[in-house]
Amino acid sequence: MADTSFVRTEMLPEQSPPLTSVGVLGWLRANLFSNLWNTILTVISLAFIGYLLAGLIPWVFQSVWVADSLNECREVMNATWGDTHGHACWAVIRERWLQLTFGFYPSELYWRPILAFVLLFGALAPVLFPWAPRWLLYVTAAYPFLFPWLMWGGTIWAPLMVAAGLAVGYFAHKFVEPILGGLAGMIIAVLAVIVWWLFLVGPLSGVLASIIPIGLEPVESRNFGGFMLSIMIGVVAIGVSLPIGIVLALGRQSDLLIVKAICVGFIEFIRGVPLITLLFVASTLLNIFMPPGTNFDIILRVMIMVTLFAAAYMAEVIRGGLAALPKGQYEGADSLGLDYWQSQRLIIMPQALKISIPGIVSTFIGIFKDTTLVSIIGLLDPLGLSNAIRADAAWNGIYWELFAFIAFLFFIFCFGMSRYSMYLERRLRTDHR
Amino acid sequence: MRKSVILGALTVAGLAAGAAHAATVDDIKARGKLNCGVSTGLVGFAAPDAAGNWAGFDVAVCRAVADAVLSDPGAVEFIPTTGKTRFTALASGEVDMLARNTTWTFSRDNDLKFEFVGVNYYDGQGFMVPKDLGVTSAKELDGATVCIQTGTTTELNLADFFRSNNISYEPVPIETNAEAQQQYLAGACDVYTTDASGLAATRATFENPGDHVLLPEIISKEPLGPLVRHGDNEWGDIVRWVLNAMITAEELGVTSANVDELSGGTNNPEVNRLLGTEGNLGEMIGLDAEWARRAIKSQGNYGEVFEKNIGENTPIGLARGLNAQWTDGGLIYSPPFR
Repeated sequence: MADTSFVRTEMLPEQSPPLTSVGVLGWLRANLFSNLWNTILTVISLAFIGYLLAGLIPWVFQSVWVADSLNECREVMNATWGDTHGHACWAVIRERWLQLTFGFYPSELYWRPILAFVLLFGALAPVLFPWAPRWLLYVTAAYPFLFPWLMWGGTIWAPLMVAAGLAVGYFAHKFVEPILGGLAGMIIAVLAVIVWWLFLVGPLSGVLASIIPIGLEPVESRNFGGFMLSIMIGVVAIGVSLPIGIVLALGRQSDLLIVKAICVGFIEFIRGVPLITLLFVASTLLNIFMPPGTNFDIILRVMIMVTLFAAAYMAEVIRGGLAALPKGQYEGADSLGLDYWQSQRLIIMPQALKISIPGIVSTFIGIFKDTTLVSIIGLLDPLGLSNAIRADAAWNGIYWELFAFIAFLFFIFCFGMSRYSMYLERRLRTDHR
Repeated sequence: MRKSVILGALTVAGLAAGAAHAATVDDIKARGKLNCGVSTGLVGFAAPDAAGNWAGFDVAVCRAVADAVLSDPGAVEFIPTTGKTRFTALASGEVDMLARNTTWTFSRDNDLKFEFVGVNYYDGQGFMVPKDLGVTSAKELDGATVCIQTGTTTELNLADFFRSNNISYEPVPIETNAEAQQQYLAGACDVYTTDASGLAATRATFENPGDHVLLPEIISKEPLGPLVRHGDNEWGDIVRWVLNAMITAEELGVTSANVDELSGGTNNPEVNRLLGTEGNLGEMIGLDAEWARRAIKSQGNYGEVFEKNIGENTPIGLARGLNAQWTDGGLIYSPPFR
C-alpha cells in the first residue's frame, strides 16, 4: 500500500494564465466577445465603423490642397482619381483659413489677437491649475483691461483709467466708511466708481493721450470675425457669467424680498426667452431705442446679451449645487459663528461649486457653441463666414469642407473644456459618498 | 476700457437726442467713410475675397457712391446685413444706404419709410429642374415637389402661380440657399424655385450644369435696387444719380477706359454735362464737377459692372435680358443728364 499513495512533496511551478485570458486576446474576449449578444453587437459596430471610415478616410486624405476654385478642384480630382465623389477640396481652407480664424482683422496686426489668446492662458493658469506660479495672478488681474486694449486698440490710457476707477472706489470706501458707517461707505464707493467710469474716464484718458500718446492702432468692431469672434464672445460670457451667476443664485435664496424678487425675475425672464431673441434685441431693437447716431458697439451689445443669458443659466446650475448641500452644512457654519459672507466663502460655496462643476462646464460649452447664432444677425462668425466664402463665385457650392473645418476647431475647444472639468472633478474629489 | 467710453458717449448722446442732426452727406464727409449695407454674401452681388475686400454687383454701387462723394472708392465700410436685420440697420442710421438685392415693393417704400432710388437689377422668380425630368414649361409641373425658402415672398408667388394655373404641388420647406442646393441635388425635390439670378448662380456651381434647365416662366417681378431712408432727399438724390450716371455712361458709350479721354471735351453735350466739363450739374447735387467721372473711372459703367460680376463671361453667366439698355430692348433707362 505504501507505494500507491502519492504525496506531492514540492510545489508545482507557477504557470502563466492561458493565452486566451490575458493580453490583447483576453481583453477582446472579456470585453467584446464575452457572449453571443456581445459578439453580434461587436461585429455590427465594427462593420459600421469600418463603413464610415471607408468613406471618410479617402475623403479626408485623398484630397486636393492646391486649387483656386471649386471647378479647379474638380478638374484635379477627375485627373487624379477619375471622379469627384469622395474627395475633399481642402484648397478652400488653405486659401481662407486665416479669414476663418481672424475675420477681417488687419493682417499686419494679427499678433494682437494671438498675444491676447496666449495671455488668456497665462491669465487662466493660476485660476485653473494649482501648480501654476503665483506671479501669474498679476496677469490674471491685468487681463480684463489688457484684453480689450489689445483687441480694439486705441490709447493705453483708457484701460488704465478704467482700472484706476477701482482705486477710486477703494479710497472712497476707506474715507467714507469711518464717517458714515459700512453700508453708506459701500454705496458711496460704488457710486463714485460709476461716476468715474461714466463721466471722467473718457475726458481724462483723452487729455492724457494728448499729453503722452501711447497706443495701438484702433481696429473697428466690424473687422472682427471668424473664430476670434467666437472665442471673444465665449470667453467674456464664460468669465463674466460665473460671478454674476453666483450672485444671482445667492440672491434667489436670499431672505431679502426685493433682492430675491429681482433675481428670480431676471433669471426666469432670461431663461424664458430664446437666445436668438435676445440677439435680435441687441442688433435691431436697441438700434431703434437709442438716439440716432449713437455708436454703441454691436459686438459689445452681443457680448452683454450672451453674458446675461449665460448668467441666468449659471445661476440655476449653482442653485442646484446649493440645494444639494445638506442643511447641516449651513447650520455648522452658523454654529461656528461665521457671518453670512464668511460661511458662503469658507463652507458653502466651495462645496456647492464642486458639486456643480459638470453643470457649469456644460453651460460653458453650450454658450461657446451658441456664439454661432450671431451669424443670424449679420456678424461674420465662422458659420457666417462660410456663407460669405460660398458667395465668392470661385467657391460657390462648397459645403462639407468648410463645415468640417469649423466643426473640428469647435471640437478642440469644447473637448478641451470637457477634459479639464473631469480633471478638476478628480482633483477635488474628497470622497464622502 | 472701451465700454466706459461708449457708455459715456451714450449718456451724452441721450442728452443730445432730439436735437436736429446734420444731413447724411455731411455726416459721411465728416466720418470720411460711407457705411453701406450689403448682403452677408450673395454670389456675384456681394462677397469678400480672401483678403477681406468686398466685390460684386451691389458692392460696385456702394463704391461708386463713395467715389462720387469722398473721391475714394475704398472709403466704404461694408456692413453685412441679413434679410432680417437689413431694414432696421437702415432705419436706425447704422448704414447710410442699402445695396443688398432688395426688392422694391409698395409696402417697403411706404410702410417701412424707405426710398428706393432706382433699379439696378430686374429679377424674377424662376424654376430649375433636372433635364431628365423632361419638363419644358412650369405649367407641366402638376404634382411636383418644390424646394422653397420659407418666409420669403417666393413662397407666396409660388402658391399664387400654381393656384391660378389650377395645378398642385408639394412644398419642401428649406431655410437657406445652401440647404436648397443640397436637397435639390439629392433629389429631395423635383424643382427648385427662387430668383432667376440665384438659380443661374446655383446651377453654375453644379458639377454638371448642363443636366439642369431653367424653365422659361418668370412668375414674379423683383426689381432690385439700392435704397435710403426717408427724410433726407438730398442724400437720396446723390445715390439715385450716381446709379443713373453709371447707366447713362453705358448708353452714351462712356467706359472706365475712355472716360479720361472723353473728359477732355466731346461734341456730345450730354457726355460733357455728365463728366462735368460743361454745365454745373455737380454743383446742383452738392458735389464737385467730377463726381460722375470718378465713379465711372473706378467702377466702370453699368454694362461693365454687369459683365465683370454677373455677366456671361463669369461663372454665373447671366444674360442681359431685361437688364439691357432700353435702346437694346431692355428696361435699364436713366433720365437725361440735363
